[in-house]
Amino acid sequence: MSVQVWTYGFVIVTFSLYIGIAIWSRASSTKEFYIAGGHVHPLANGMATAADWMSAASFISMAGLISFLGRDGTFYLMGWTGGYVLLALLLAPYLRKFGKFTVPDFIGDRYYSQTARLIAVFCAIVISFVYVCGQMQGAGIVFSRFLEVDITLGVVIGMTIVFFYAVMGGMKGITYTQVAQYCVLIFAFMVPAVFISIMTTGNPVPQLGFGSELTEAFGGGYLLDRLDGLSRELGFDVYTEGQKSTQDVFFITAALMFGTAGLPHVIIRFFTVPNVRDARRSAGYALIFIAILYTAAPAVAAFARTNLINTVNNAEYSEMPEWFSKWEKTNLIAFEDKNNDGRIQFVGDPEKNELTVNRDIIVLANPEIAGLPNWVIALVAAGALAAALSTAAGLLLVISTSISHDLLKRSLMPDITEKQELLYARLAIFVAVLIAGYYGINPPGYVAQVVAFAFGLAAASFFPALVLGIFNKRMNKEGAIAGMVCGFTFTAGYIIYFKFINPAADNAAGWWFGISPEGIGALGTLINLSAALLVAKFSKEPPEEVQKIVETIRLPGEAMEH
Amino acid sequence: MSDKNAQSYWKGNLRIVFSLLLVWFFISFVCGILLVDVLDTIRIGGFKLGFWIAQQGSILVFVILVFVYIKLMDDLDAKYEDSKPMEDGDAGDSE
Repeated sequence: MSVQVWTYGFVIVTFSLYIGIAIWSRASSTKEFYIAGGHVHPLANGMATAADWMSAASFISMAGLISFLGRDGTFYLMGWTGGYVLLALLLAPYLRKFGKFTVPDFIGDRYYSQTARLIAVFCAIVISFVYVCGQMQGAGIVFSRFLEVDITLGVVIGMTIVFFYAVMGGMKGITYTQVAQYCVLIFAFMVPAVFISIMTTGNPVPQLGFGSELTEAFGGGYLLDRLDGLSRELGFDVYTEGQKSTQDVFFITAALMFGTAGLPHVIIRFFTVPNVRDARRSAGYALIFIAILYTAAPAVAAFARTNLINTVNNAEYSEMPEWFSKWEKTNLIAFEDKNNDGRIQFVGDPEKNELTVNRDIIVLANPEIAGLPNWVIALVAAGALAAALSTAAGLLLVISTSISHDLLKRSLMPDITEKQELLYARLAIFVAVLIAGYYGINPPGYVAQVVAFAFGLAAASFFPALVLGIFNKRMNKEGAIAGMVCGFTFTAGYIIYFKFINPAADNAAGWWFGISPEGIGALGTLINLSAALLVAKFSKEPPEEVQKIVETIRLPGEAMEH
Repeated sequence: MSDKNAQSYWKGNLRIVFSLLLVWFFISFVCGILLVDVLDTIRIGGFKLGFWIAQQGSILVFVILVFVYIKLMDDLDAKYEDSKPMEDGDAGDSE
């Protein structure tokens, strides 16, 4: 069977599964719609959190980014996993104890302030929108490249599926679809990884193959040594050595960690388990499920880079295998015969290099480059779609609850009935899907840049406000609001300046303290913390009953009622 | 839980969180970033130690940290008897 047939097969089977789950898990109350009734088993929630978290970026782009960044790619690996330690130890159990439905719920109640609630709603919507557009675009790319359908049709199909289970099932539908999507995506990521690990090193565990010796066909010696050697020989940066400055790597890692812990679509997943103890467990399971992919990704990055160099460098262009021309058509790979010798020179020197490679190709085309069976190649499409759709659904739910619950029910229209609230929640998802779909079809052209936004903003706005709300009883509304406003404004200002207003200055010489816009969220976090503590010191302490709430959420035992 | 118990429970909680975060900071920021070049002089099999910690080792430590936290908090909960967590819930409705 051809790759095309296999791909259609996998996509149809997985999509039918998602629709089936959607029908089975319709939501009938706001509690089911917002937090799946609070009955999700911690193991299921762990899987759902992992799928929620691992987006098109983790699945499609990360291994490729690392493949071209070498050791500098580390900040993605540590940043996107280390944040779970913060989430597990500093936020998840306490927020679960607090109960309620959303992050703005906590901010608004803990800081006894509608202003704080509205700021939180604003941040949650901005962060989630920025993020969801990228997911829709990811789904569109997969459709157009693997199924060769028009990108618009691809996005529309993706939107329809998400719309179907998100609108019908809310959090409940999303949770159980995400469990299925986790299984699909991890299988789709690991199968090619295992194959390519066996092929290059003979070790079936990619995580270990990473440090193993290459087989004879690949020239023997340790994989990483060989890769370093090849890099030196061809004039690329040495793979296991860093190029970025230490302080920049430090700040980017910190920004990604704080951002991870502050992302509302991840936090609300912990509201769905029955109690505090399960919230802790669930964070542990989620991290294991994520770590399976995140420890394999650097291995895939190294295998693929070695394999790519081996296959293309100094090879006759006319003798390149079939995948080469296929991916050339999508412009992900481009060859320009500068010295007219009919051979491909893939080297570090930009003057002599004849091959430009889009980093996404590392995951998307890896199975083909390695000559794996057709069904393995087809799996990648289903996995990438699972990753994109699961994250999109989680984000759309945050947008929907922010509007129906935080903005309408808790602020503007407190008198609406539960039925009406549910209707508004579904309407909000509907509108959000349409907007996200529009941007998926007409990508704003700066999707990659705006992802830095989502993390930086989550780090500089939510993370400190949440942590202080739990660990500092004295923190009051004045402090929290000042902190969120300062952190958000500073971070947004810095990113907007370097990405949009003056991109020419976006280099190490132009940055403050050598911190790139990707890492500025970490400084934003510190600014938020300092502003909050300073303002709180000079304003009056929070009311008695709020301090009581803080005391209660610090203790385990039965979770507070929803 | 009495006020006094609640206070000492919270102190115990803070101690656990603080010590685990020290390890978290040490393995990621200190070993994986600040001292990575120094640790790279040590080789274990096909890996330079600093590079391995940065790309794989730190993630393993993160997983272990969260499970140590779960265990320590369970023990702490058990020590303060009237704060026993309720039984595991069902794995969701299926109507």
